[in-house]
Amino acid sequence: MANILVYAEHLNGEITDASFELIALARGLVSSTDGNVEATIIGTGAIALADQLGGADTILVGETDALGEFNPQGHAAVFTDLISRRQPDICLVPYTSIGMDVASVAAAASDLPLASYCLSVDIQSGLTATCQLYGGKVEVDVEIDGDRAIFAMLSGCASADQGRSGGAGVVESIDVAVPDLGISFLSLSEPEGGDVDITAEEVLVAIGRGIESEDNIEEAQGLADAMGAALGASRPIIDQGWLPKSRQVGKSGLSVKPKVYLALGISGAPEHLEGMRDSATIIAVNSDPQAPIFGVAHYGWVGDIFDFMPELTDRLEG
Amino acid sequence: MKIAVLMRVVPDPVEELEIEGHDLDRDFLGYVLNEFDDHALEEGLLLKEDTGGSLTAYAIGTADEVEQMLHTAIAKGADEAKMLGEEIEAIDAHAQAATFTNAIRDSGFDLILSGVQAADELDGQVPMLVAAALGIPHMSVVVGTTPQGEGLRVTKEYWGGITAEYQVTLPAVLGVQTAREAPRYVAVARIKQAQDSGALESVDLVQPDPAGRIRITEMRLPDIGDGAEMIEGDEEAAAERVYEILSSAGVV
Ligand SMILES: Cc1cc2nc3c(=O)[nH]c(=O)nc-3n(C[C@H](O)[C@H](O)[C@H](O)COP(=O)(O)OP(=O)(O)OC[C@H]3O[C@@H](n4cnc5c(N)ncnc54)[C@H](O)[C@@H]3O)c2cc1C
Ligand SMILES: Nc1ncnc2c1ncn2[C@@H]1O[C@H](COP(=O)(O)O)[C@@H](O)[C@H]1O
Repeated sequence: MANILVYAEHLNGEITDASFELIALARGLVSSTDGNVEATIIGTGAIALADQLGGADTILVGETDALGEFNPQGHAAVFTDLISRRQPDICLVPYTSIGMDVASVAAAASDLPLASYCLSVDIQSGLTATCQLYGGKVEVDVEIDGDRAIFAMLSGCASADQGRSGGAGVVESIDVAVPDLGISFLSLSEPEGGDVDITAEEVLVAIGRGIESEDNIEEAQGLADAMGAALGASRPIIDQGWLPKSRQVGKSGLSVKPKVYLALGISGAPEHLEGMRDSATIIAVNSDPQAPIFGVAHYGWVGDIFDFMPELTDRLEG
Repeated sequence: MKIAVLMRVVPDPVEELEIEGHDLDRDFLGYVLNEFDDHALEEGLLLKEDTGGSLTAYAIGTADEVEQMLHTAIAKGADEAKMLGEEIEAIDAHAQAATFTNAIRDSGFDLILSGVQAADELDGQVPMLVAAALGIPHMSVVVGTTPQGEGLRVTKEYWGGITAEYQVTLPAVLGVQTAREAPRYVAVARIKQAQDSGALESVDLVQPDPAGRIRITEMRLPDIGDGAEMIEGDEEAAAERVYEILSSAGVV
C-alpha cells in the first residue's frame, strides 16, 4: 500500500499538462496496491481549478492570495508543511520551473530522499525509478533507501489526457500557514509576439549550438528559405541573442508540431525534446552518433551540418 | 554586495560517453564548465559591477579543468576563487551541496548564485539544497536581476516565454538559467595573469558523508536511433534522401 501526494502546479489560471501527467502516473502506481492518490493545489485561484484534478482521490486545496501567482519560498514551505501533516509515502513533483523550486527544498526540509530527472517510477519491489542524466545521453536505474521519497518527474512520463479525464475526487480545504517570506511576487508578463509564429509553421528548420557562430545563421536561413520553412532554434542560440525568443523551441520556449522538423546541430536535451517530439516527421543531423535527438528522430544522419546544409540547399534549388 | 558563485564542471557534452559499472568511465573524460554556472558567474559579475562589492567563485575538486575554470573566473573579474577539497567520486548532489554549504556558511554572503541545474544532478539541485541547508530564500530559473533597495528585483522564467518579477530580500540563493547578458569572453593572456595572481586558494575540506539514500543499480546508454532510419553515406546521399522524405511528406 502506498499513499501518493501529487504536486499540481498552475500558472495564469491553468493547471499544466505536467501536473495531469503526474495524476495519471500516480493512478497507475496505486492500481496494483490499495493506495490513495492525493493531489494538492496551492495559491491564488486554487479553489476554482480544483475540480479539474478529479483524477485524484482527494484534492487538497490551499487557496491563498499571499503567494501571488507562485512564490518559490512560500509554495515550498506550504508543500513541506503538507508533507509533514499527510505523511505520504511518495510525492510526485513535475520537473519544471515551478517544481524545481519545490522538490529539492521540500525534500531537504522533510528529510526525504529525492530522485530527479525521472522518466518512470516503480513501487513493486521497494522504491525504484529510471532517470536521465547528461542531457539524456545516459539512463540510470535507482533504488531508494527506505520506503518514502520525492520524485521530480520529466515531462512526458505519462499521458496528460488520461490524468485529465474522469474521477470524482473529493475536494478538501487545507490551512495554509504562510511563513514570513523573503520573496514577494510582483507581476507576470506574457511574451511579445515575434515576426514569425513558429507554432503555425508546417516546416521548421531548427538550429542548435552546432551552428557555432552568428555568422552561420545566414546559411541555415538560406536552407530554410529553399525549403519554404521557418527557422527555429534551441535555447543557447536565443541566449546568445542570435535569434529572437519567439524562435525558441522547448520547455521554456514554444511547443511545435510541424509536418517536418529538421534539427541541425541540436543534441536533444530533454528540455528541447519537450517542445518538438510530437512533430509528424523529425529529421536530425548531428555529428555525434550518441546525440539523444536521434532517440526521437524518424530519420537521422550522422555528420557535419556544414557539409549537409549546402548539399540540401543545392538539391532544393537545383 | 558580497556574492558567492558556486561552479561545477560536468563531462564535456560533445564527448562520447562510456559506462564502467555504475558510473561513467572517467579515465579519459574531458570536463567543461556547467553552462548554467557560466551564466551564474556572468550575472554575479554584472551585479558586482552594478553595486560594487566582491565576488568569490567556489568549485569542488582538484582536476586541472577545475583550476582552469576558477582561473577563468578570476580573469573575468572574480576577486578570489576557492578550490574545495578533493574530488567527489560519486554522482551525489547532496554531497556537493553539503560541501559548498560548509565552505560558505560563515562567510556572510549576501547572495549565492549557481546554475539552475547540472547534467548530473540525480538527487536534487545543488543551489536549492544549499538554500535549504542555510534556510534562506531561493529561486530557480532566474533570467535576470537588478539591485533594488536593500534587495534584488529578480526575473524568473516559466514556460512559453512567460516570466515573472519578484522582489527578493537578501541573503538569498538564486539558480540562474540565463544571465541578462551573454557570458563574456576573456583573453587567454588574462587567464595566464590570473594563474599568477594568487587569487586562487586551495581549501582542504573534510567532506561530509554522502547522503547515500539513492543508489544507482544500473547505468546504460539508451538505445538511440532504434526507432529512426539512419541514413548511410556521405552528405550528398543524405541530402538526396532528405529531399525524398520532404517530397513524400508533401512539403516540397
Ligand atoms: C529550466 C530550463 C529550461 C530550458 N528550456 C529549453 C528550451 O525551451 N529549449 C531548449 O532548446 N533548451 C532548453 N534548455 C536548455 C537545455 O538543457 C540544453 O542546454 C539545450 O537544449 C542544448 O541546446 P543544443 O542542443 O543546441 O546544444 P548542445 O547540447 O551543446 O548540442 C549541440 C549539438 O550539436 C552537435 N554539433 C556540433 N557541431 C556540429 C556540426 N558541425 N555538425 C553537426 N552537429 C554538430 C553536437 O554533437 C551536439 O549534439 C532549458 C534548460 C533549463 C534548465
Ligand atoms: N576565446 C576565448 N577567450 C577566453 N575565454 C574563452 C574563450 N573561448 C571560450 N572561453 C571560456 O573559457 C572556458 C574554457 O574554454 P575552452 O578553452 O574553449 O575550453 C569556456 O567555458 C569559455 O567560457
